[in-house]
Amino acid sequence: MKILVAVKRVIDYNVKIRVKPDNSDVDLTNVKMAMNPFCEIAVEEAVRLKERGVASEVVAVTVGPKAAQEQLRTALALGADRAIHINTSAETDEKVESLAVAKLLQKVVEEEQPQLVILGKQAIDTDNNQTGQMLAALTGLPQGTFASEVKVEGDKLQVTREIDGGLQTVALSLPAIVTTDLRLNEPRYAKLPDIMKAKKKPLATQTPAELGVEVASKVTLLKVESPAERQGGIKVGSVDELVEKLKNEAKVIS
Amino acid sequence: MSILVLADHHDGQLGSATAHVVAAAQQMAKESGGDIDVLVAGENVSAVAETAAQLDGVTRVRVADNAVYAHQLAEPLGDLLAALADDYSHVLASASTTGKNVLPRLAALKDVSQLSDIIGVASADTFQRPIYAGNAIATVQSADRLKVITVRTSAFEAVSESGSAAIETVDTVVDNALSAFVGEELAQSERPELGAAKVVISGGRGMGSGENFKLLDGIADKLGAAIGASRAAVDAGFVPNDMQVGQTGKIVAPELYIAVGISGAIQHLAGMKDSKVIVAINKDEEAPIFQIADYGLVADLFEALPELESKL
Ligand SMILES: Cc1cc2nc3c(=O)[nH]c(=O)nc-3n(C[C@H](O)[C@H](O)[C@H](O)COP(=O)(O)OP(=O)(O)OC[C@H]3O[C@@H](n4cnc5c(N)ncnc54)[C@H](O)[C@@H]3O)c2cc1C
Repeated sequence: MKILVAVKRVIDYNVKIRVKPDNSDVDLTNVKMAMNPFCEIAVEEAVRLKERGVASEVVAVTVGPKAAQEQLRTALALGADRAIHINTSAETDEKVESLAVAKLLQKVVEEEQPQLVILGKQAIDTDNNQTGQMLAALTGLPQGTFASEVKVEGDKLQVTREIDGGLQTVALSLPAIVTTDLRLNEPRYAKLPDIMKAKKKPLATQTPAELGVEVASKVTLLKVESPAERQGGIKVGSVDELVEKLKNEAKVIS
Repeated sequence: MSILVLADHHDGQLGSATAHVVAAAQQMAKESGGDIDVLVAGENVSAVAETAAQLDGVTRVRVADNAVYAHQLAEPLGDLLAALADDYSHVLASASTTGKNVLPRLAALKDVSQLSDIIGVASADTFQRPIYAGNAIATVQSADRLKVITVRTSAFEAVSESGSAAIETVDTVVDNALSAFVGEELAQSERPELGAAKVVISGGRGMGSGENFKLLDGIADKLGAAIGASRAAVDAGFVPNDMQVGQTGKIVAPELYIAVGISGAIQHLAGMKDSKVIVAINKDEEAPIFQIADYGLVADLFEALPELESKL
């Protein structure tokens, strides 16, 4: 089967972000960028399915600015066979909402006809947790979100999902859409020779206009603020002092 | 126009989240004065509907009781919501795994955006929501005709239960040939739900093993606390996934949060930094968790926990 895996370029998860002084947005100038951690898990799962002989081809796709090709090269180094870049810089000042991303991916799905699409459950910048579900709706396919285990069984996909009370397993008809949770796998690191080889793998570029998708959104970002800073408190010297403070000062226990 | 709230429920019981979502809906309805309806979709859910009808501010409870809605799978639930949504200006759900699973599906079916995890309502079309693991708060305005929104329940005080809304049956039945429920493994616990508990005590990698999490039990018993964990503790297999607190786990804001053997990574803080009082117990005095803790105790948890239990 062919697997399509979607990846997003985001701020590195170790970086502490800053809000711009004019409160228009988060300041990303000179900030280290990386592949969204949940997308790394998605790529890893696709590559493992290929290594196990379940998948025959892994195609990585990203929607983003020119620089997002770096993340596609990472996906190729990790084992994807080829990549598709949907370049959005021109029209949107690099910001595309989940719905528009899902519409663009829908076009790629129509074109590529994969049996399985794997995405991260959420991107750590917007924390939206929407794109996979939206893509499933637009393509009319079933969705296995927040996956911690994925098994192909005949013409069905069995997905174990991390839900609020524990785990839920569903059987989906194929083709299907899966979004990854943290426990699905532990992504590998790209090795140097694979990084070199990745430079030669095919990478095609398209634009939203070529795909006939309007990326403008009806949601406007009015302002971005820093959250109320929490004031650090005190260190207590003993368990006795802790209990005393909780009882008499904070009054949260009796 | 009216607002539709998708009820959370499990095992024939209404989830505590719904009362918080109704509170958010009330803030949105303030200007328009529109009705607030609650949709209960599932199989054998009449008891859920009766509890939902008691929530203050609810006009009608609409019940879609059919085997196709059992386990609230996203595909049929999305189709049902899409069939009902045209009567509403807003469709809301809690940011539970069910809400997060189905609302984006509804939004895409209706060709509108979805707003995730709102923590504030400025007006019927303008909302606050955390981004970047809660390190920034965005104010966003939606011009979509239908607003599809998930609500962070800890940010809205629950409405009380003195109402008596009308209960109506929804006859819409959809097909589902796409997905089927296979099974469920739910953690059994006598303790309060993480999201609803007044006190939460969480263990991290420093706990060392699943066995050692028992050290938290006695304290949790005495404080009526729920037990949570860091991602590292879940990844290491000490405890199940549903105990994870953080950016990508549960978001909690109890009166008292006790972090034990947790370093305080931003992804963990994202899930608990709105707690009223934070206590950290960690043997490393440089651990970042101390920067946000109201009371920090630099100690070996294996000594501090038994002592704490005995002194409560
Ligand atoms: C995409 C993404 C999403 C994530 N989502 C989450 C999330 O939702 N929730 C979450 O928690 N993390 C999340 N993380 C992980 C996060 O970055 C940290 O790795 C994690 O929170 C660390 O857990 P910890 O504090 O238990 O472990 P560590 O950072 O290893 O800290 C262990 C602490 O225990 C202390 N300790 C050790 N032994 C003792 C002892 N005997 N007595 C007292 N103290 C002791 C140590 O001093 C140390 O401070 C996410 C990461 C990524 C990349």
